[in-house]
Amino acid sequence: MKINPIKRGYLYLEAWFNYSFGPEWNPLYHLGTLTFFFFWVVLVSGIYLFIFFDTSLNGAYASVEYLTHEQWYLGGVMRSLHRYASDAAIVTILLHMFREFALDRYRGFRWFSWVTGVPTLWFVITLGITGYWLVWDELGLYVAVLSSQLMDALPIVSGSMASNFLEGQLTDRFFTLMGFLHLLGQPVLLIFVLWIHVKRMSHVEISAPRGLAIGSFLALLALSLASPAVSHAPADLNKVPAILNLDWFYLNIYPLLDTVTAGQTWVITIGITMVLMLMPWIPPKKTGPAAVVHLDECNGCGQCAVDCPFDAITVQARTDEARWEYEVVVEDNLCASCGICVGSCHSSNPFRSREKRLETGIDMPQFPIDDVRRQTREALSRLEGDTRILIFGCNHALDASELKSPGVAVLNLICTGMMPPTLVEYALKQGADGVFVTGCRNGDCFYRYGNIWMDKRFEGVRKPILRDRADRSRIMVQRAAETDRKKLQAALAEFQLQIAADKTDSARNLDHA
Amino acid sequence: MLNPKRLILQIFNYGLFMGLVWYFSFAPPYIRLNPDESMITLALSHSGERMEECRQLSPEEMAKLPPNMRISTDCPRERSPVTIDVQLDGNSVFKTMAEPPGLYKDQGVDIYHSIKVPAGTHKMVVEMNDNANKQGPTHTHKQDVTLDPAQLLVIQFKTSTGQFVVK
Repeated sequence: MKINPIKRGYLYLEAWFNYSFGPEWNPLYHLGTLTFFFFWVVLVSGIYLFIFFDTSLNGAYASVEYLTHEQWYLGGVMRSLHRYASDAAIVTILLHMFREFALDRYRGFRWFSWVTGVPTLWFVITLGITGYWLVWDELGLYVAVLSSQLMDALPIVSGSMASNFLEGQLTDRFFTLMGFLHLLGQPVLLIFVLWIHVKRMSHVEISAPRGLAIGSFLALLALSLASPAVSHAPADLNKVPAILNLDWFYLNIYPLLDTVTAGQTWVITIGITMVLMLMPWIPPKKTGPAAVVHLDECNGCGQCAVDCPFDAITVQARTDEARWEYEVVVEDNLCASCGICVGSCHSSNPFRSREKRLETGIDMPQFPIDDVRRQTREALSRLEGDTRILIFGCNHALDASELKSPGVAVLNLICTGMMPPTLVEYALKQGADGVFVTGCRNGDCFYRYGNIWMDKRFEGVRKPILRDRADRSRIMVQRAAETDRKKLQAALAEFQLQIAADKTDSARNLDHA
Repeated sequence: MLNPKRLILQIFNYGLFMGLVWYFSFAPPYIRLNPDESMITLALSHSGERMEECRQLSPEEMAKLPPNMRISTDCPRERSPVTIDVQLDGNSVFKTMAEPPGLYKDQGVDIYHSIKVPAGTHKMVVEMNDNANKQGPTHTHKQDVTLDPAQLLVIQFKTSTGQFVVK
């Protein structure tokens, strides 16, 4: 199967980080939480800097210089941490966007997260811009004047803001205003925007894994000590800063103003924003049908609601005459059609209703659990040879169908999280010598939690559990992205050898008996 | 237990990441002005003249108005656009015409524009027309200016005195 080159490149990068950090600490799996971590570093260091910051025209620069040089051992380090953590946050945000794009996780049901993520980037950038104003060095003056020119180009602003930066116009009140904006107004707004950004997800993680957080902090600290952040010369309203060491993560738009007008800069910026925000519909991606609740089979345990990665299922009081207290309801427009809820439902047990259609409490219209059971049986019936392996794959990882052979059957699911653990037992009972489960790489899942819940069910720490009676030696889980074909083939070959060896041992033991 | 090979790889990756953060946090430098350049900023906040003169209302016209709105003069709100031309050594370096903002075109005009110019001595002429009913400049300022490299020269207009201020 042909893989899009952007996705291929990204998957190799991800594999490199898996090799270096392991899936638990792979930074590409924690770009959101890493951004939050950098935000906390910025917040704490910012609070410290504010204690010493003088919000006056003549005192601002001097107070920053004091922190940088006189108090370099703490104030200077805090300033550098503030600067570099802010820059690192832009890198992680951009990587986060690139990752979602490369893996096609920005369209369909994910449109909301993508669309709300774009303005989040702009909010972070404006927060950084006002931070540069406060230093009130040549760079601060440059940013202030050009930002004002940008504001002046908006039809909603009357008068000329830029004229405030001419000799004799500026007062201390300006720094009070900027201080309020940078220290309170913008951070509060940013937190609000971030809350909206993650609104359609459940089990939202905002804490980076400890190891990754420690590593990132040490790296920031090392950089802060090796190359402390410093100011330009103090702002001089009578001079034009000729050479500027711009922070390109935040201030990249300003050189544009020397080439095009402020109005054109707005057009370019708004144009890029609109294109980014419309990307989920260029072209649109259809999300599958929403999960359907069958109240006859639902006892309202709520496990599906707990497991749903997109907060699409809620528990409410029973509306029928059944003896159970609760029932679940699916909010169709929030459902990602992942099927993880099917794997959560105790009624999805394929050993039930053997002679008739298998109905479960919550099911996927496009691939009902009864079809899963029937196709499992059919796949097993076609197997030949001494080591009959059934592979359960997923639609969003390496297509396991490529591994089909007379002794190997494949059944691809919407997500391996939709597989009730009893299905594995069922396959083993129905004649499979081994069950091989593959899907999205460890630490990653197209539907966020499918493989994580599956692992926990297999480990017996999340309901519904894989029962002890299931022979673990006949089950192998090996996950693989599209670029991991060789790895998966090798794992399957090893599993086949292991199953064959076990069968030989069993036969020998029987002979002895 | 972290294995040493992984530790080295992680340090390498962190180093790469921080190298990227460090470099683009200040480099490459942006050269806004060449060493032999300076800048002139035109910062103007001025209302053009009225497009039509105020006129006295006749007693009949006043009688037609509601009692609480009776005023003796009628002043049409529309203001004239403001045209400005900055010339250095006989060459125009910036010329623009700004329409007065507002639904009735009755607001003051704000012009803020910076021009990079060669440092050194120049003959500067600033011409402004703030009355569309008159031909040619209504205000003119001529001055020889000497600009140091990276110097900022600001041109403003003081409406109260009707004169340009250059500093």
